[in-house]
Amino acid sequence: MDFLVFQYPMITVQACLDGILLGVLFALIAYGMALQWGVMNIINIAQGDLVILGGYIAYFMYLYGIHPAWGVIVAPIIMYFVGIAIYKLVINKVVDRDLFISILATFGISILFMQLMNFAFGADVVLANSHYGTTMLFDNNVVLPNSKIFSAFISILFAVCLVIYMKKSKLGRAIRATAQNARAAKILGVDTEKVYAATFGINAALCGVAGALISITFTIHPYMGLPYTIRSFMIVIVAGLGNLPGVAMSGMGLGVFEEFADYILGTEFRIGSVFLLLVLILVYRRFKLSRKREYLK
Amino acid sequence: MNKNNLILYIGILIFGLAAPFIFPAFKVQLSILCILIVLATTWNIQGGEMGYNTFGNILFYGLGMYLCASVQVGMFFPLAEWTESGGEKTFVHTPTQFFQGMAMGLVVAAVVPTIVAGLIGYAILGLRGHYFAICTLGLGVAAGEISGGIEIIGAGQGFTTPPFPNVGGLEARGEFFYFLSFLVLILTFVAVKAIYSTRFKLILNAIRDNEDKAEAMGIATMKYKIIGWMISAFFCGLAGGIMGGLVGYIDSTDVAFDGREMGVFMVLMAILGGKGTLWGPVIGATIFHIFKEGFWTFFLGWQYVALGVLIVVIVIYFPEGLMGWLREKYPHRFGEVVDEADRKAQVEIK
Repeated sequence: MDFLVFQYPMITVQACLDGILLGVLFALIAYGMALQWGVMNIINIAQGDLVILGGYIAYFMYLYGIHPAWGVIVAPIIMYFVGIAIYKLVINKVVDRDLFISILATFGISILFMQLMNFAFGADVVLANSHYGTTMLFDNNVVLPNSKIFSAFISILFAVCLVIYMKKSKLGRAIRATAQNARAAKILGVDTEKVYAATFGINAALCGVAGALISITFTIHPYMGLPYTIRSFMIVIVAGLGNLPGVAMSGMGLGVFEEFADYILGTEFRIGSVFLLLVLILVYRRFKLSRKREYLK
Repeated sequence: MNKNNLILYIGILIFGLAAPFIFPAFKVQLSILCILIVLATTWNIQGGEMGYNTFGNILFYGLGMYLCASVQVGMFFPLAEWTESGGEKTFVHTPTQFFQGMAMGLVVAAVVPTIVAGLIGYAILGLRGHYFAICTLGLGVAAGEISGGIEIIGAGQGFTTPPFPNVGGLEARGEFFYFLSFLVLILTFVAVKAIYSTRFKLILNAIRDNEDKAEAMGIATMKYKIIGWMISAFFCGLAGGIMGGLVGYIDSTDVAFDGREMGVFMVLMAILGGKGTLWGPVIGATIFHIFKEGFWTFFLGWQYVALGVLIVVIVIYFPEGLMGWLREKYPHRFGEVVDEADRKAQVEIK
């Protein structure tokens, strides 16, 4: 633990920029989670594992000599079908049941994916090197890898495309209608079963994009999934469902928080601080809400 | 209590006392089974009776484990040096020291998690449904990550608990831990059974069925939720303390705060047996443990894959558990009166 942060202001700038670029990625994953939470009322604990799986797709392309940036296009296509398969096998049986059942079922999927990836790809920490080089800012005091800038750019691109798609296309309208009222949508001729499958597929595809970007900019490991789930859950509850600017803002805020926690507390407490932040946010939320229910006491 | 029940209880008690002599090779497995039943039964107080699905009971279990071992070592030797020396022991407990330390450690391991449960419970038991579930999941993982960064309890390299002293022959260690865990199991079962026959259980069920209405009826729901969680924490802490001594080695994320294994196991066992019943967790834990050991033996290497599949299958196809299924099939055995005409007249509303 040291307080370099206060002695060298450039480290603050570095942490903020790193955090924002990281936060954009978190926001992309959280957007997928908000989508399926809003539409299907399911919290997918396996979200983070889908991200890691997407990362491994990009990593394998890198191993076979293809530039990993193409993973941004290949991973979502593969992950879309993985998502549909998960939906058909498991999720459609729990979709209208108790929320805890779906949490537990996706927890099971998460363990399954984690272990299968561990078998298939080994327990090493890997990354796909993109050879993008770095950008120096402020008299060479701040170092930004170009891959991070690239990943933030691609994330924003995908998010914008998805928002436009949700607004304009027929499927997008159907998804939004189902989110508002599934029963009414069914009466009006929306095939909600198909909408659910598509939503889960789109979510998995978003996870695939994010995973491919993470494998380029950071590292991936089969067991690193759960923190991504928790981060996206946290972002969604801070922002609220269906609040897209909020998701982006709180994603970046979380990224910056993490970078500072990393500098101040030390890297070994990084994941721990994320989980503690979740608990603190929920506790804050509970006391804020309980003030509204004072009259019951 | 009628005559049949009394015979059943006495039979189980005799079997429990005789088990380590009948199956001498399975003493450790039987001890673990006792611990698992304790965990499932205490989880059932939250998940089954109160409707608060927690992944966080693992927090008290891990806390108890670390506290028991720390007290057992710290009472006689400097703790920091003990954990630093890792596997090579420079300090040896005499038998008296070992048992004194264990007794003191178990007391601390039971009391401190209870207090912690009270404090945390006040903060987070106001959360509902999935917020509570995810929050407790976060708590468990955070505890594991943080304890993995603390030097004095061994940080990443783990903590070796004091080895069993050289008294009473080769079988003494297994028997000691078996009877200790069996004692805790009986304590837990008796306590839970006593609780379930009081108004307290009705209040917990009222909270599960409709918390706002229960509150409106004048029940201080918060108080009862916290008390319920403290009871769970008490027995989870005890179970953790014993498990630490039994395993002999404590690691932050793989043994103590093992949300991925033990934390899910306790939920699964209760669901498999049937949550919201007294016997469900006991039966569920027994079946689960046998299955698990089978998996671990026959699918070595693939056990976690099998575990993931098992979770999905149990949750999708047996959400009511074994007791729920029996209840559906033989309702009169559970003291329910079924009106056949009424049953036929019921139309499922979708």
